[in-house]
Amino acid sequence: MSAVVVEDLTMRYRGHTALDGVGLTLEKDTIHGLLGRNGAGKTTLMRILTGQEFESSGRVEVFGQPPRENSAVLSRVCFIREAQRYPQNFKVREAFAAAAIACPGWDQAYADRLVKDFELPLKRQIKKLSRGQLSAVGIIIGLAARAPLTLFDEPYLGLDAVARHLFYDRLLEDFSEHPRTIVLSTHLIDEVADLVEHVVLIDHGKVLMDAEADELRGRAVSVSGPAEAVAAYVDGLPVLHRSELGGRVRVAVTRRPDGSGQTDPRAAGVSVESLSLQELIVLTTKQGDPK
Amino acid sequence: MDEGRPLFQQIAEQIEASILDGSLAADAQAPSTNELAAFHRINPATAAKGINQLVSDGILYKKRGIGMFVAGDARQRVLERRRDAFARDFVEPLLAEARRLGLSAADVRNLIEKWGEGR
Repeated sequence: MSAVVVEDLTMRYRGHTALDGVGLTLEKDTIHGLLGRNGAGKTTLMRILTGQEFESSGRVEVFGQPPRENSAVLSRVCFIREAQRYPQNFKVREAFAAAAIACPGWDQAYADRLVKDFELPLKRQIKKLSRGQLSAVGIIIGLAARAPLTLFDEPYLGLDAVARHLFYDRLLEDFSEHPRTIVLSTHLIDEVADLVEHVVLIDHGKVLMDAEADELRGRAVSVSGPAEAVAAYVDGLPVLHRSELGGRVRVAVTRRPDGSGQTDPRAAGVSVESLSLQELIVLTTKQGDPK
Repeated sequence: MDEGRPLFQQIAEQIEASILDGSLAADAQAPSTNELAAFHRINPATAAKGINQLVSDGILYKKRGIGMFVAGDARQRVLERRRDAFARDFVEPLLAEARRLGLSAADVRNLIEKWGEGR
């Protein structure tokens, strides 16, 4: 069962196409990674999914219905934005109280635990929080809301590595106990590579990659060695990148998913190194760039 | 975790390693999906896939509502599979490198004997 189905979604602003024929399906009760550079169209997509913006054309369904002006759908959705705004005179406690009213699945006891974990001062005014503390408010609301569809858009501006790992740990823990559909939009690919089950890469308003995260591991390899041996070894495979140094060549390629046509690199006289998901995505994004 | 290989495979291999070294004995309970996910900080579905592979390989068995347990002959199975893979994974690269360096099979044999005595 899918939480989100999008077909041929296009979003045009004056003189600018933010989303260009996007199609994707987000399965229920799964952690999805929405990856891409700044300005790729991730936020626009999430704004449309959460009814904050209306598509120019295409089909958008969340839990089987169009989200626009649909309170039945939107009450099941929680969207934590980068640099989320709160009424300026609110205290931290009041921001949580407002979230508790807006989110039918709100778990106050869990929110209290998270406040302790992130050492958040409940009585302080929101406008007096540090950047990292403000991000923690968003993360706590996103987790404690237990919304069937929760979207985090770059939720950790100003959070240090310790606090980010706390977020990842709590997210995995709570997801295990209360499975739901989570979309994590980020450019910190290395950090979330192991957390997400499914990866969607967006670039220039288009979907460049849509795959199981674990299947992408080891999909891209860097093959190096003498030019001829490398050329023979990578023959027929899609080349992502090529560089040369004094007769030695290094080529990044994507392997076939089933590993077919693989010969032993040692016998072929080349060395093969796996690329991380981050490297694969950087190379794929670069390749999609207009030359 | 190794970047280059599917995580579910690595999860399965680590449990196999625990079975091999005896830290997970026959009929002992294996770590749960959620424990593995939290410990390695990985997606629970990925951890579950690793566990399920071991179940379909007959290394783990499921007790409904309780969890996964180590099969009685799990250690033997893992041992046999790793022994089968030993030639491919260790001997073949050893000989390939020896050839590149101009060492004969006899040279390698001598080295192994000499090296083994020193241990």
